Amino acid sequence: MPTTTSSVLTERLYVSRESRIHGLPAHVKILVVLGSVVAIVATPPTAVWAFLLYFVLVRLLLLAAHIPFRTVAPRLLVELPFVVFALLLPVFGTGPRVSVGPVTLSEAGLWAAWGLLAKATLGVMLSVILASTTSTADFVNGLQRLRLPEVLVQMTAAMVRYVNVVVDEWHRMSRAREARGFEARGPRAWPMLGRSLGALFIRAYERGERVHLAMLARGYSGRMPELDSRATVPLATWLAAASVPVCFAVVAVLANMLGGLGG
Amino acid sequence: MGWPMHVPDGFIDAPVSLAAGGVAVIGVAVCLRGARRSLDEATAPLAGLVAVFIFAAQMFNFPVGLGTSGHLMGAALAAILIGPYAGPLAVTVVLMIQALLFADGGITALGLNIINMALVPTLVAWPVFRLVVRSLGNSRAVVIGAAAVAGWLSIVASSLAFAFEYWLGGTTALDVGAVTLAMVGVHVVIGLVEGLITALIVGAVFALRPDLVAGVKRRRAEQESVEVAA
Repeated sequence: MPTTTSSVLTERLYVSRESRIHGLPAHVKILVVLGSVVAIVATPPTAVWAFLLYFVLVRLLLLAAHIPFRTVAPRLLVELPFVVFALLLPVFGTGPRVSVGPVTLSEAGLWAAWGLLAKATLGVMLSVILASTTSTADFVNGLQRLRLPEVLVQMTAAMVRYVNVVVDEWHRMSRAREARGFEARGPRAWPMLGRSLGALFIRAYERGERVHLAMLARGYSGRMPELDSRATVPLATWLAAASVPVCFAVVAVLANMLGGLGG
Repeated sequence: MGWPMHVPDGFIDAPVSLAAGGVAVIGVAVCLRGARRSLDEATAPLAGLVAVFIFAAQMFNFPVGLGTSGHLMGAALAAILIGPYAGPLAVTVVLMIQALLFADGGITALGLNIINMALVPTLVAWPVFRLVVRSLGNSRAVVIGAAAVAGWLSIVASSLAFAFEYWLGGTTALDVGAVTLAMVGVHVVIGLVEGLITALIVGAVFALRPDLVAGVKRRRAEQESVEVAA
């Protein structure tokens, strides 16, 4: 049955708190996360100490943002499909093998699996910090300040405004089907689900037309007026924010120079 | 079973991820240019609602049986419904929101995911769909069949793109030939689900509002259906 979603999808993401990270402009935060994750991805998996430092840094960021770890933990589940892939790496990996208990596993595969899991987990945690400290309105504003083409900004703006409406509509349609005795068990239910999704598309499209005409009627010409008047970010804020990716980058550079294990 | 599988951070190395970001920017720029005639800042909210639909459709699980379920990737669907330029743009917006707000797909892998799930599948699905509809006519059966084939091939193409990226910047611990065979083999099967669902949805829309199926518009094939209703 339609699962996974509470009715207010995007509001589950944002954790309203007072913190310095919440106060940072969204475009600064996006750049901070991007820079930090690039550093993480460029770190060789054999430098285990570097990853331990990364986890400490991420934990500190969570503390600074006043976000409890239990908010982050459930959202790590998005990596699950790749965890399966990672677990296969040591089994099917090439090169010299090491025996772990009763089985022999590929050494390179084990390192690759560890690297994959560590990097993906850190990436998800940093994305969660971004999402839980940034309201969707600020997020759209941030994309605009990053000079994303205006068409994409306005598409994103419409998307974050209407995602809850359309997802709720889908839940209402599901409930209506169930009320009529429908049960989605296997592929035999697909024609019905396909028709429902077709209807959902038409409803979403027609809603888009109505919303769009209503916006034009109120003077919309391709830009939301309130998004334009934002003060420039002071240099001190930029420097404070930059300290985060710089920390990650320093660790990454050291890890690449010293190498792993022995280093 | 979990398609769509968004590539997370660290799966492909940093240089290839960043290069993919560059390729994705170029691809998206081409789409923005191509969609220019019908999609601009003023009509973007309408395209945004199509993106919302793709997002919702991706979230929904199709029960396959035995507790497993399949997802829709939606690139072929988006292209057939709103055209070969606006379609990938809608999917791109979805991928961006998934990466930045839902942590689904890595932020450094966004370029890879845009290539795999928006650009490459559209590049395959759209010509296939148009070719079939143009040569066999636009009866309901042909449209549904063409959507099925386009949806199926879009997934196979997507898995090939992934295998190529893996060859360029994946871990060396696996034999690339084996990875490619396994990926493509699995997705030839998973793609059948995509093809079927795409065909069912396109069929339903075509029956109710044939004017909303951009891939069937005869004279204005390249013109997107994202237009001002007036």
